Amino acid sequence: MDTDRNRLPYWLSSPAALAMLAFVALPLVLTLGLSLYPFVPGTGVGESLTSANYADIARDDYFHVIFARTFGMALLVTALCCLVGVPEAYVLSRLSARWRAVSMVVVLGPLLISVVVRTLGWALLLGNEGVVNKALMAAGLVREPVRMMFTFSGVVVALVHVLVPFMVLAVWASLQKLDAATEQAAASLGAGLPTVLARIVFPQVIPGVLSGGLIVFALAASAFATPAIIGGRRLKVVPTTIYDEFLGNLNWPLGAALATALLVIVLAVSLGANRLVERRWKQVFQ
Amino acid sequence: MSAERGARAPWPLLAFHAAFMVFMLAPLIVVVLVSFTDKGYIALPFDGASWRWYRAILAASDFIDAFLRSVGLAFAAATLATLLAVPAGMAIAWHRFVGREALLGLLLSPLMVPHVVLGIALLRFLTQIGGASTLWGLTAAHTVIVLPYVLRLVVAAATGFDRSVAQAAQSLGASAWTVFRRIELPLIVPGVAGGWLIAFINSFDELTMSIFVASAATQTLPVKMYNHIAHTIDPLLASVSSVLIVLTLVLMMVLDRFYGLDRVLSGRA
Repeated sequence: MDTDRNRLPYWLSSPAALAMLAFVALPLVLTLGLSLYPFVPGTGVGESLTSANYADIARDDYFHVIFARTFGMALLVTALCCLVGVPEAYVLSRLSARWRAVSMVVVLGPLLISVVVRTLGWALLLGNEGVVNKALMAAGLVREPVRMMFTFSGVVVALVHVLVPFMVLAVWASLQKLDAATEQAAASLGAGLPTVLARIVFPQVIPGVLSGGLIVFALAASAFATPAIIGGRRLKVVPTTIYDEFLGNLNWPLGAALATALLVIVLAVSLGANRLVERRWKQVFQ
Repeated sequence: MSAERGARAPWPLLAFHAAFMVFMLAPLIVVVLVSFTDKGYIALPFDGASWRWYRAILAASDFIDAFLRSVGLAFAAATLATLLAVPAGMAIAWHRFVGREALLGLLLSPLMVPHVVLGIALLRFLTQIGGASTLWGLTAAHTVIVLPYVLRLVVAAATGFDRSVAQAAQSLGASAWTVFRRIELPLIVPGVAGGWLIAFINSFDELTMSIFVASAATQTLPVKMYNHIAHTIDPLLASVSSVLIVLTLVLMMVLDRFYGLDRVLSGRA
């Protein structure tokens, strides 16, 4: 690795850096600026600086409910993804090479399929006339269709489906660093599988669980299509509210303030948790 | 890969695994099944399978236009992102310089910002510079959001190889350009190609940011489908989705064959 003082690396990276500054950093700074101007119905954006948009968000119960729902939903989705994704990653590591290859495609493949398609599938499954309700009624478990579309739980289930591959991927990556000899040693000393999993495997994959959890949380809190389609108009979350303010009410300053608030919370949680993980589990990362 | 973990997994784990597979596949299978209905509405189970809704795609010129636009856009964005990310990735992997960490953070930043936030930021910005609802504005927006995917794979590929090969060529009198063209580039080509493909797929699938940046005249396929769903859910959506599922499956096989899905998706190819 050269430690050079020449300009080559700067020349090599400047086109990409300029593109990022122009089309990511600058627009974000301008959005932050936009959120500090008043909304004037009819003409759009007012002249004088104000913090009124943030005051609106901080005072209005309408927004409190939306923020609470968004982050509550993100937390629940993250917890469920841990609950399901961690065991699944472990099972993948125990499968024969051939079954593992097939299972990998099934688990990770959906990440490559448009979220609109996957959400459409859930809309077909969860509707009153949907597959799940038909099956439940045919089995005689329920008499009336269970309402799942346009409900909080419906959105949570669909979001778990959309995001759980990220959790499996992260845990799988840390499982691969794990030495199978530690498990065999525990087993040879008489530990049963539950003990091995709880005391040997799980503690070693915690960093993977945490980094997967961070990705899932950030993506769940900023998910748009799934809450919009499965949740509908009434079950609003922050991203769909931003959409409505921007494209429906044309209140760009308020939309910008909501976007800034979402960005700040998501970044604070991600960076804060990242720092915590690095300090606490430093030795695991070497 | 660590050593084999003993014998087969016990049956409760396998039962869990089977249930998980069903959970992952169910929505996709339902979409494909529904697409074969001969009815004018969504019904499952239905009697009478037909290609009716696949023939309907051919008549839906707005969906075909949106599909072609999405393919062109994804091609342009992935290619531009690769052209930008390859030199930057080589600088990051092979050089230590002031601001390297900050540069890496800047180039990966689109992964950290919710797409809805990027969407409104770019809508406002492009409106101000006259790029709103233009194809070049959409291309620029897609280029920056897929760049991190290419960069991660280029850095991983470039970090993985022995630089002494390049130094040997240099000491034998090869110019910097020759070293790049004959030695460095061929060695990172697999990473670059995988990065391009992942960038292509991510651009093709992107919805949330595009909803803001695309206009009625520049709708991409996911935006077109989303607007259609918001209006009505009909079997046409299911047949279009099924075509996408099959096409994605092909790309998936390619990626899995050459790189391994887990490696390419976590940026470690």
